[in-house]
Amino acid sequence: MAKSLFDEKLADAKFLVTTEVGPPKGTDISEMLHNIDLLKDKVDAINVTDGQSSVMRLASLAGCLIVKERGGEPILQVTCRDRNRLALQADLLFASVRGIANVLCLTGDSVDVGDHKEAKPVFDLDSVQLLKAIRIMEGGKDLGGNDLKGAVQFCAGASVHPAADFIEPQLIKFEKKVAAGAQFFQTQGIYDVGSLRRFMQYASQFPVKILAGIIVLASARMARYMNENVPGVIVPQATIDELATAEKGKGLQKGMEIAARAIRSIKAGGLCHGVHIMAVGNERLVPEILEAAGLT
Amino acid sequence: MIVAETKPLDEIWRSIAPYSRVLILGCGTCMTVCGAGGEREVSFLADALRMSQARGGEHDHSLLEYTVKRQCDAEFLETFVDRSREVDAILSLGCGVGVQVVADRFPDLPVLPGNNTYFMGASSEWGVWDERCAACGDCRLADTAGVCPITRCTKGILNGPCAGAKNGKCEANKEADCAWILIYQRLERLGQLDKMRRYYPPRNFRVIPRPRRIVNKTQVSTGGNDGQVSV
Repeated sequence: MAKSLFDEKLADAKFLVTTEVGPPKGTDISEMLHNIDLLKDKVDAINVTDGQSSVMRLASLAGCLIVKERGGEPILQVTCRDRNRLALQADLLFASVRGIANVLCLTGDSVDVGDHKEAKPVFDLDSVQLLKAIRIMEGGKDLGGNDLKGAVQFCAGASVHPAADFIEPQLIKFEKKVAAGAQFFQTQGIYDVGSLRRFMQYASQFPVKILAGIIVLASARMARYMNENVPGVIVPQATIDELATAEKGKGLQKGMEIAARAIRSIKAGGLCHGVHIMAVGNERLVPEILEAAGLT
Repeated sequence: MIVAETKPLDEIWRSIAPYSRVLILGCGTCMTVCGAGGEREVSFLADALRMSQARGGEHDHSLLEYTVKRQCDAEFLETFVDRSREVDAILSLGCGVGVQVVADRFPDLPVLPGNNTYFMGASSEWGVWDERCAACGDCRLADTAGVCPITRCTKGILNGPCAGAKNGKCEANKEADCAWILIYQRLERLGQLDKMRRYYPPRNFRVIPRPRRIVNKTQVSTGGNDGQVSV
């Protein structure tokens, strides 16, 4: 039986679209509410980020509750950066009792890249162990081997980096995530569709669904900044050059074009099972990108 | 090797300010090798304090200098018991262990740390030290081809790399190699990549609960180092 609406969709052959919202730093959730309302019926699920780039923000659990309240399908992003195994399991129980049924298991960015650099990094578990923890909790036990009064059930996913500049260890880890129970993957940002094609030639042997990560870039400067400062983001020079051809003030327009083009070519080529659009602050433009990509 | 660095001079001034007679105590082992608190550094620090005292005029401290072979063994501390009676405080240039052993031996004297103790490491080139062991109490170097993921991966994760490395360098520190890429490369060279494919469960942080204690059974059962070995 499907564990969630999204789980049900994973079983279909339909091309899936997910996107993400970043909760605010503070209690003013008006923009997040606006974005959720705008997106909830246009995508198959909405990820809520967990202190992305190690910047302190409203908890992803809260964001997921709001997505549910507004009638959307949330994917809870859980990183191992801030919580030990007690807190992670407690949060998974929380998600479970509130009907948040999709979880994306991530290691989490280093504290050093964020806005609380003096904080204690936790990493008591890693992403593979977190996936395994979910499957153990589904069996009615916690990580201490104790019985749970009521087990959890999650559609669990993870991340993979098809464009990593040193791919072999990434693939080993990918296989460990599959073995630990990942059902779907949302990849790090893909710009070079060729790298996705190569990855899928290898990954299609595994019984998991792959959603290609699409990061919407707003300018060549932003791309260079992300290359320099954002873990996991590798924007190829060709993409930076193309962004640089945009007229002044039209960078974002160009970034949207690039994103829409990548989505179209991924879908037309049947390369993978869907896309995950990360608009980093420009969530309001996701419907336009979907339209330009022919996905509406 | 334990690696440390001497604290900034103004912090040392603040900590010794209430005490007019201070013994600066060096350590002849790790602190001498890493250059944070051997005989030479004791003398440099005493000179620096005297010079700034002469210039500023606000302090009037008398500074004694002494270096023991090892601060972390109480028996080496007996050699300056007499001199300790002439001072109001001891400023230890030992590691954090040394400071505490000295404090334990001299319960009537304030013992102040003059160093910040950083890590256990090795020297990769003259004057450069790199952390190599986190003393986790559960050594897994056999599985990771002699490269420690607990120490050398900023996240200390066990099942392979995160996605943050670029050009083989860590997302947290562009100077540092990604430990998991090093592990992969060494395992591949040794024909042991199966070790990386294996699942490693969460760490056991209770291997030895803090504060940790080791009882060397051989030494205990023979009553000391008398050349006898019993198992």
